[in-house]
Amino acid sequence: MPSSYLWLIPLLPFAGFLINGTVGRKLPRPAVTGIALLSTLIPALLVAWIWSGVLAGAAPISIVSAPWISISGFTVNFAFTVDHLTAIMLAIVTGVGFLIHLYSAGYMAHEDGFWRFFAYLNLFMFFMLILVLSSSFLLLFVGWEGVGLASYLLIGFYFKKDSAANAGKKAFVVNRIGDFGFLLAMFLIVAHFGSLDFATVFARASMFHLSGGFLTTICLLLVVGAAGKSAQIPLYVWLPDAMEGPTPVSALIHAATMVTAGIYMVARCHVLFDHSPTALIVVACIGAATALFAACIGLVQTDIKRVLAYSTVSQLGYMFLACGVGAYSAAIFHLMTHAFFKALLFLAAGSVIHALSGEQDMNKMGALRKRIPVTFWTMTMGVIAIAGIPPWAGFFSKDEILYQAFTSTNPVGKLVWAVGLITAGMTSFYMFRLWFKTFFGESHVEEHSQGHDNHGGHAHGVHESPAVMLVPLAVLAILSIIGGWVGVPEALHGHDEIGHFLAPVLSSGAAEAVEGSHGTEIGLALVSILTAFIGLGVAYFLYIVKPGTSTKLAITFKPVYTLFENKFYVDEIYAALIITPLQVFSRLFLAGLVDGGVASGVPSMTAAGVRGLGSITRKMQSGNIRSYAGWLALGAAAVLVFMIFVHVR
Amino acid sequence: MNFDPYILSIITFVPLAGALLLALLPDKGKTMQWGALAVSLFTFLCTLHLPAHYDYSAHGYQFVENCPWIAAPAINYHLGVDGLSLWLIVLTGFLAPLGVLISWNAIPKRKKTFYILFLLQQTAMFGVFVALDLFLYYAYWELTLVPMTILIATFGRTEKRRAAAIKYFLYAFIPSAILLVAVLWLYVQTGTFDVPKLTQLASVHGISANSPALWLASLAFLAAFAVKVPVFPLHGWLSDAVAEAPTAAVMVLVGKLGLYSILRFSFGIFPDESHRIAPLMIALAAIGIVYGALIALVQKDLKRLAAYGTLGHVSVAVLGIFTFTIAGLDGGIYQTLNEGLGGAAFFMLLGLLYERYQTYDMREYGGLAAKFPWMVTLFVITTLSVIGLPMLNGFVGEFLVFSGSMQWSLAHGSSFWWTALATSGVILTAAYMLWMIQRVFYGDLGIKSETVTGWDLDAREHIALWPLVAVFLVMGLASPYWTKAIDTFGAAASYPMSIYSPYVVEYNKTHHHGHVTLSIRNADGTMQQPKPIGVVDPSLAADALNKPAPQTNKGARY
Repeated sequence: MPSSYLWLIPLLPFAGFLINGTVGRKLPRPAVTGIALLSTLIPALLVAWIWSGVLAGAAPISIVSAPWISISGFTVNFAFTVDHLTAIMLAIVTGVGFLIHLYSAGYMAHEDGFWRFFAYLNLFMFFMLILVLSSSFLLLFVGWEGVGLASYLLIGFYFKKDSAANAGKKAFVVNRIGDFGFLLAMFLIVAHFGSLDFATVFARASMFHLSGGFLTTICLLLVVGAAGKSAQIPLYVWLPDAMEGPTPVSALIHAATMVTAGIYMVARCHVLFDHSPTALIVVACIGAATALFAACIGLVQTDIKRVLAYSTVSQLGYMFLACGVGAYSAAIFHLMTHAFFKALLFLAAGSVIHALSGEQDMNKMGALRKRIPVTFWTMTMGVIAIAGIPPWAGFFSKDEILYQAFTSTNPVGKLVWAVGLITAGMTSFYMFRLWFKTFFGESHVEEHSQGHDNHGGHAHGVHESPAVMLVPLAVLAILSIIGGWVGVPEALHGHDEIGHFLAPVLSSGAAEAVEGSHGTEIGLALVSILTAFIGLGVAYFLYIVKPGTSTKLAITFKPVYTLFENKFYVDEIYAALIITPLQVFSRLFLAGLVDGGVASGVPSMTAAGVRGLGSITRKMQSGNIRSYAGWLALGAAAVLVFMIFVHVR
Repeated sequence: MNFDPYILSIITFVPLAGALLLALLPDKGKTMQWGALAVSLFTFLCTLHLPAHYDYSAHGYQFVENCPWIAAPAINYHLGVDGLSLWLIVLTGFLAPLGVLISWNAIPKRKKTFYILFLLQQTAMFGVFVALDLFLYYAYWELTLVPMTILIATFGRTEKRRAAAIKYFLYAFIPSAILLVAVLWLYVQTGTFDVPKLTQLASVHGISANSPALWLASLAFLAAFAVKVPVFPLHGWLSDAVAEAPTAAVMVLVGKLGLYSILRFSFGIFPDESHRIAPLMIALAAIGIVYGALIALVQKDLKRLAAYGTLGHVSVAVLGIFTFTIAGLDGGIYQTLNEGLGGAAFFMLLGLLYERYQTYDMREYGGLAAKFPWMVTLFVITTLSVIGLPMLNGFVGEFLVFSGSMQWSLAHGSSFWWTALATSGVILTAAYMLWMIQRVFYGDLGIKSETVTGWDLDAREHIALWPLVAVFLVMGLASPYWTKAIDTFGAAASYPMSIYSPYVVEYNKTHHHGHVTLSIRNADGTMQQPKPIGVVDPSLAADALNKPAPQTNKGARY
């Protein structure tokens, strides 16, 4: 592909945003849909064109345009680079993005503000593409902040609902905490390397033995940024609330693409991380902790979208863990398969919600498999994929991560492997729990129910979704099955194509996993398959064989259950420890005491002093401006005399 | 015909002539509005002459006018423009017609007084930016005070307007009186009011050998300017004045006059003192950013929220310029422009809300988004500019400032905590701005929005607001167009871009024009001397291998 066409990839969605954002209100719905779909379809086709070159072995494409910021000694250009890593990300973003746009055309068909939705969705695509295409930290940051903005707008799409408006604001502010870390990291990079261009910074970083603490500082600050965007402990709190947005948004932004930006960034900066073992240990621990923690919460949630949200947090933790043990290509592999099956799961969940006219509570579902068969079968593919059962996609990527963790030289490698394995079992359990509760057992559907989501608007019986929604489901279901076959390890007589494909970008030599024997690899794979089936078995037992057991368990282990159900009270803890004290401090101490008292008090006293002095000496023109001026002139003269005197001495 | 020799006088006096014209015209119908609009638009067109004919490759002052005015004491009518003042003048010209448009219906009575004062304020501000004679400058500086005070006292929103006006006047006037003393002292010492000459003298330490007196004089300068900016904790006048003043006056109240004066006079005439006081100013600025944002977070009154937010934003500019890095200075000046634009847009929008509902109390609003789609769009765009979203203008300024601040921190061996504190402002600013949007526009309809009907933007309001949005975008995407002028000033007044990184120091020496000696600290404990291990880029590696260790100039540390 001619490299100048590269600009079209982000700019077409932006054009779509501009058109729908300005005149979309007046356009008929098919026109709005057409504009939005075309402005994502064409970039997807261009990406396919790029792929034809990449697969033929073409060199990475780079283009540089006008400078964006330019001062003496420091310039940042608008510049894009497509290497192997970017190519994969582009394919995910445009491919999954287009499918979700298509689905949205059906899902959102009855909504007010249809045009607004598609404008924001295109805006998101624009920023996400900038994010993956950029060849410098600063331009990446443009996309980084931009997707945050799009996410804010889309979470708050139903802005009349307070919960949606709150969730949008929360997402943006928590992301800003991460961005704060990212910004500080960039400032340090500028100060130390004098550039923000990836190639330059990485070349300079690997040219020297930069063992100093500053590189660790930079990496840890980047981790703060990644933790904000990719919903890791302690900044994950915004993601579950983000489910207030329409379901296609949850699928695209809060599962498949935007939230993986942190993983992408860490992988992109692996040269820096490889120089800092400390930072890698931190990344691995954060990832493992998040994976386990979110899985615990996911065990007991009853809102179908919340289960998926916590499972997303948990899976992102997996990818973080992979980065921490230096298995960057495994992280990107899992990012890809996760994009397929998690987008599928969300869209299928959306289809279920659509069928039930807005119901999201799994306790009010059940026995839906016959009534919405296409949704059932496609969702089943997603559930099996995420549970890690071969040969579905999720198995290969998850297994690769666990294997690399087990054999890694990272001191916490074995520990995070164990945590990852336990999490895999829990994931399998709660996903099958979701599956059984939704599609099997007795029906708890309230016929003609009007759910609490704004979605629906027209209550009628349980119904399968229209074809425009089912086609994306089918495509994603196929990808969830075969998507992992590009990464079949050599131990299983595969070729690990994706690992070799990414090697030019991601292999560094420094933190490569120690090659284990094929025997180890097969053994570990069997363990993780066993774990997945245990999760499936427990779920089957609790929800199908003896449906009442789970309630009894919940009563038996009430403290633990309550803790999980209330998400470890993290939101409440943050409110009590950070937000409330900050507000009280600002209101009482700063606004009340300092600003009301000291800052305005001292000058008022001066004024009062001047006034008092004026009235005592002469009661000429009390209190008006002229008398102050007179006094000031006198005082000024005195100071002048004094200063000249000081000088002459 | 070549206007270059007179253009600055034309820009300065067109508003004054306009004010006289308005005084003669009858105050009937919309005469005053149209008259003021015509004058301010014409002035704006004149200011555009400057960037169009500016020589971006040259240093020093351009469009200079210099003729004797008073023989003894030697006062000259000396005007000129450089990279620092160029865009501030255009900004002043740009905001004036918008101010007229936004006051169109908001000022229904005593229109003649209002627009005459408004135009007088214009003349005074242009004068401040172009005057290169200290005496002339001082006259304009004092003149800025008078129309503003009367505007607040006469057109304020509540009965507290007089108190607010007096407070503002005293805050500005007391330090100005002391400033006058310092100006006269300078004249006694040097026999000149000429700013370029004084700057020249200062660079060779020729103003005075009496360093305590120099210190006092520099503090007199800095204090007068810092109050006007305002720099924390001298902002006592700010929230009252902002809360009272009519929109068109608030738009020009804060920031640029004081910041310009610090850069031109404090830095120019007292370079050593300015460098020495920089750590204090950086600390105050970092505190001011967080302080302003935290107080804004708990305001219920929209205009006070904006006032404290403004304190935070001007503090960013203060932080930048006192780092004496190129990034900091360029970013600080850019941020001054941003603050002028973003603040103007924000206050204009608040004024529109007030026109509809006669209240600035956020608790009475709510749910307006469904009623006013255009207004919420503009509010959100302005918010994004103010909170520094990349691709809009705010980000460029903030990024450069904080980046410069980080270089300063590292170069001084201090940890980066001041920069971290200042940067945390990006979180708090987003928090209070988005919360404000939520409380005014989202959720259920508020008391006022329910009972009082308003209307979405009309054509005049659209015309007043969209130019600002366009400028946000262009300045966010094509910043070099502005920084190429600003950088000529920043590069001359700064230490090099990065005094920490060996690569960049080498690169920057060629860009170093100032009188300040180059200061390079050897790497301290946090960074070891780099050792090359392999060739990545041949030229780079050669550079690193052959280059001697950076010289440590012990004398230049401050």
